[in-house]
Amino acid sequence: MNTNGGQALIKSLELEGVEVIFGLPGGAILPVYDPILDSPIRHVLVRHEQGAGHMAEGFAHATGRPGVAMVTSGPGATNIVTPLADAYMDSIPMVVITGQVPLASIGTDAFQECDTLGITRGVTKHNELVTRAEDIPMAIRQAFHIATTGRPGPVLVDIPKDIVDPRNPASAMNWNWPTDADVTSSMPGYKPTTKGHPKKIKEAAVLIATARQPIIYAGGGILKARAAEALRELAELTGIPVVTTLMARGAFPDDHELCLGMPGMHGNYTAVTSIQKSDLLIALGSRFDDRVTGKVDSFAPDARIIHVDIDPAELGKVRRADVPIVGDCRLVIEEIIKALNALGGAESRMDITPWRQQVSAWQELYPLVYEQSIDGDLLKPQYVLEQLRDRSPADTIVASGVGQHQMWTSQYWKFNYPYTWVNSGGLGTMGFSIPAAIGAKVGRPDRTVWAVDGDGCFQMTAQELVTAATERIPVKIALLNNAYLGMVRQWQEMFYGERYSEVYLSPDLPDYVKWAEAMGCVALRVESPDEVGPAIDKANEINDRPVVLEFRTDSSEKVFPMVSPGTSNDQIDVGPLQNGLGR
Amino acid sequence: MPPKYHVLSVLVENRAGVLARVSALFARRGYNIYSLAVAPTDDERFSRITVVVDVEQAPLEQVVKQLNKLIHVIKISELDPRDSVERELMLVTVKAPAEVRGQIIELVELFEGRIIDVGRDELALSLDEHPERLDDLEELLRPFGIIDLQRTGRVALPKLERS
Repeated sequence: MNTNGGQALIKSLELEGVEVIFGLPGGAILPVYDPILDSPIRHVLVRHEQGAGHMAEGFAHATGRPGVAMVTSGPGATNIVTPLADAYMDSIPMVVITGQVPLASIGTDAFQECDTLGITRGVTKHNELVTRAEDIPMAIRQAFHIATTGRPGPVLVDIPKDIVDPRNPASAMNWNWPTDADVTSSMPGYKPTTKGHPKKIKEAAVLIATARQPIIYAGGGILKARAAEALRELAELTGIPVVTTLMARGAFPDDHELCLGMPGMHGNYTAVTSIQKSDLLIALGSRFDDRVTGKVDSFAPDARIIHVDIDPAELGKVRRADVPIVGDCRLVIEEIIKALNALGGAESRMDITPWRQQVSAWQELYPLVYEQSIDGDLLKPQYVLEQLRDRSPADTIVASGVGQHQMWTSQYWKFNYPYTWVNSGGLGTMGFSIPAAIGAKVGRPDRTVWAVDGDGCFQMTAQELVTAATERIPVKIALLNNAYLGMVRQWQEMFYGERYSEVYLSPDLPDYVKWAEAMGCVALRVESPDEVGPAIDKANEINDRPVVLEFRTDSSEKVFPMVSPGTSNDQIDVGPLQNGLGR
Repeated sequence: MPPKYHVLSVLVENRAGVLARVSALFARRGYNIYSLAVAPTDDERFSRITVVVDVEQAPLEQVVKQLNKLIHVIKISELDPRDSVERELMLVTVKAPAEVRGQIIELVELFEGRIIDVGRDELALSLDEHPERLDDLEELLRPFGIIDLQRTGRVALPKLERS
């Protein structure tokens, strides 16, 4: 026997191209941590396993490569359940390795034992318990294959201590490295379809060429498939306007004349209404999420649907598709373009100029608006975000938490490049921002990375700023402190008769500046509009440690437009300011 | 069979945890598993799970698609009762005092079942037949007093081509 399970595990990760692991050691996983000392893989020691998970996610968001986290058994594993669920909902490629008690102890309520597989079954694309040391390389190969192919997702590999502990004979093994063919043939039940059916593609092309009021509904799948270029080519070929969902911001440049921005519950009027009035929705890598559809039976009532997704289960799940196409977005879009060209040039396609004019008219009538702050009043969050956007490099990567600040960031930022927006869409995990930003910065060290956070979210995962300071990962945090759980407060104001229950957080407790400084960051409090610009400029110049800017913002601001829950997109509320402007 | 049941035949890899995943998926969506039978096929690497699900048509399509996403699920087919040959095994213990014992034995013979155990005032019998025949026998035995009843859940194969 020439090696042991622990060394084989680390070597397997190296051969899979892993460059960084986010993790925290513990009893069960200890034997795997020893060989890390001799490995070229960088290990980032976190302060909470949840941080490791979100960092792995942020890394994957920004680079497209799978994020890797390693934690111990029991509480280590349960602490990473939230990031697993988050990655599962947003289809993020991630491999999480959890330690487990020795095989013979499983089921005996051993120290730091939990039923990791059982607990994570519903929030992983796949999970496995490895029972023999020699199976470790194959288990790792399978995990990466599953995480990164088809619809990406999180995969968990549970490793009992006895098969990796060099002092235990069960860990002795001969090194083996399965080939790609070995890996695919070991999983006969897993064969993702990537090529779209040619007949369906032709049907789609015909529908596109004859539609009068088409809209391209681009979702997160565009980014997973690395299809931004193909999307642009399709949009420019056809002149069809594009909406980009919360998970797809940046997949189509906000600056492009065909870009309508974000649809959905807090989407802009034009994006929401264009979908409602369309006669053809070309859904590419999007899943008709309830935040986008509003009341489903009144969603895009007159539209035929072309639905392209790599996951066959999404087709017809929410809305029947006239032309369902299972396949990789990029490959399918390329084939659709070919089919459109085969049908003929622009003359063979319907003239959609009247539609384009209608859409432009909506854009003129209903831009995003907010009230500027009066001198001496608290800052307007939208103003802060505009300043941040305009004073940071064009390819800045922005991470966000969940809530009002997230919606405003998605609305007001100009995303002109893919993989520059890192947020938790499907699960909506508060506290995502700081660790995700750290993971993104580790993956893209040459880029400026800003995390926009709310005060509620900040308090959930701020401890990871210690990780950032220690590891010299200079992320920048824009903390929009409105002293409330803002989005909940907005709902209580709008739907619960202003009965505010458990949403007030206090602007001064904690003292965010002192706290951030205690964690090794440069920290500044910003209270007036003229301080905003200089503070941001200063933050953008600091690149050897994390920076936290605490902006004191106005808690009475609400996110508009809004489609209230359970209502139709036709009933979009553009807010009192927009309404007051007499539109 | 009432229209709201569907019979799914799920071919899976024969390994630990696969059954748990399949049943967890049904549980998650709130679909009641009416019956389930599982055993290896002629190829030891694979098992077949025959599950009767209590569900409406449209969500069934979603369940099948979600099942297909499980890594260890190889193939799923729906076995329409009109196009398949079905069998199920039932074991029943029934009260059989001397005065009615003869009637019970006669019933068992009519159904071509078997007496598998004889007690002082009870009989245990088994029947393997089409599930509806099992339902019929159960109904006919009920007036005598059923003490215990155990069914295996149906298994099925597609009908063979005849032309």
